[in-house]
Amino acid sequence: MSLNAFITKETLDGADDGPLSGKTVAVKDNISTEGLRTTCGSAMLEDYVPPYDATVVELLKDAGATIVGKANMDEFGMGTTTETSAFGPTKNPVDESRVPGGSSGGSAAAVAAGEADLALGTDTGGSIRCPAAFCGVVGIKPTYGLVSRYGLVAYANSLEQIGPIAPTVEDAAALLDVIAGPDDRDGTTRNAGADSNYAAAADGDVEGLTIGVPTEFVEGADEGVEEAFWAALDELEAQGAEYREVSMPSVEKAVAAYYVIAMSEASSNLARFDGVRYGKSGGYDGNWNEAFARAREEGFGSEVKRRILLGTYALSAGYHDKYYAKAQDARAWVKQDFDEAFEDVDVVASPTMPVPPFELGESLDDPLQMYLADANTVPVNLANLPAISVPAGETDGLPVGLQLIGPKFGEETIVRAASAVEN
Amino acid sequence: MSDTPVDADEVRHVAELARVDLDEDEVEEFAAQFADILGYFDALDEVPEVDREDELVNVMRPDEVRDGLTQEEALSNAAETEDGFFKGPRVS
Repeated sequence: MSLNAFITKETLDGADDGPLSGKTVAVKDNISTEGLRTTCGSAMLEDYVPPYDATVVELLKDAGATIVGKANMDEFGMGTTTETSAFGPTKNPVDESRVPGGSSGGSAAAVAAGEADLALGTDTGGSIRCPAAFCGVVGIKPTYGLVSRYGLVAYANSLEQIGPIAPTVEDAAALLDVIAGPDDRDGTTRNAGADSNYAAAADGDVEGLTIGVPTEFVEGADEGVEEAFWAALDELEAQGAEYREVSMPSVEKAVAAYYVIAMSEASSNLARFDGVRYGKSGGYDGNWNEAFARAREEGFGSEVKRRILLGTYALSAGYHDKYYAKAQDARAWVKQDFDEAFEDVDVVASPTMPVPPFELGESLDDPLQMYLADANTVPVNLANLPAISVPAGETDGLPVGLQLIGPKFGEETIVRAASAVEN
Repeated sequence: MSDTPVDADEVRHVAELARVDLDEDEVEEFAAQFADILGYFDALDEVPEVDREDELVNVMRPDEVRDGLTQEEALSNAAETEDGFFKGPRVS
């Protein structure tokens, strides 16, 4: 049975020679590929064919990679399971009755099942790290500004980054080396990463590394997940690292802050889908407001509508100060807590997801419960930091991911620490 | 439960602002879910004031002419075009 990891399967060849020659790569379907349908997992864009490549796609081709298809995803990246895709859910290759995580579930499933050597995902609130953890592979959410977002269909610009998914830390780091670096078409990119060699940092040397474990990230986790997490830390300690508990009270407000900010940005970004320049048309009956509202009713699924409406609400007169402004305060507080933590430790560790992979269909009826599953991943996006999820054992035969968070542009540190987990 | 009341009328009003038609089942479902979700967001009331030390600076560059999409490429995904223009619904 197919895992439904791809929305569109088609091969695009890259340059003859390069660091990724001979490698097949799945590209998440919200990243523009010239001449190849890019749907964002939405009926709104089921016929959309970009007239240009995203910067990361140009870089993949230049590096000699072969793109093997566009990976399934939660609609516009809005989900934690890949079940909100208009093209049907992706199954977890480890256990096909389970979700692969999301929103980059197709990317992670393709890599875990060997349908692609590597994949690109995008991470707005955990969308690379969650599916990497659930499928038992490695995923990196880069520092904000390390990788160009040019050609990425925007969901929440201030939070999202494109990043790699791979079977090993070294492979993920090597793919990050290809896509990292400044781009004059994305004004938020920085010079960091221009001449990176993150792959070389995967040397497994954690002698003297200090790891902070925020109690807030571990409390409330599933028992089996917690056991696997502490076992991984004990293993790192045996290799010469030391860990200590730290406190980050702000992260208890992170899920609320994240969803207010992401939904607000989504309500603005997705206003462009009116069915005129691209996307499903609402026809020509009535006036433009009626035609646009019809296109958006037909083109968007429930979760996307829910987030657009909540974002519109949070930004509307009378509620802006209560929700959006307070969420920005919380975002600054989360950053401050991380800054203080990194004065004493080199990396911060947590279980990537507090729970093992959900069963298919389990979480669809209760959106708030689904949002709460992102508790350990969203603080990283709020603070613009890099983080990696690396496989760290199992619970009841299901993969558990260890998340290692680094200081801004500290990709080498998290790659090094994560490579020791593989030892 | 949120101290912000959310009823079906409120959902319809926001949907109109966002230009999204909803059917009646969706209105009822969203009203119940929004009460839960906005109630959870009320936790933000307890966030302390934080000094933001980041000095933000605008990053500017001079405008420069470069190749963009051709007119044909720009129109290639439109449902309908006329004389090289996008065709939209009437405005009133």
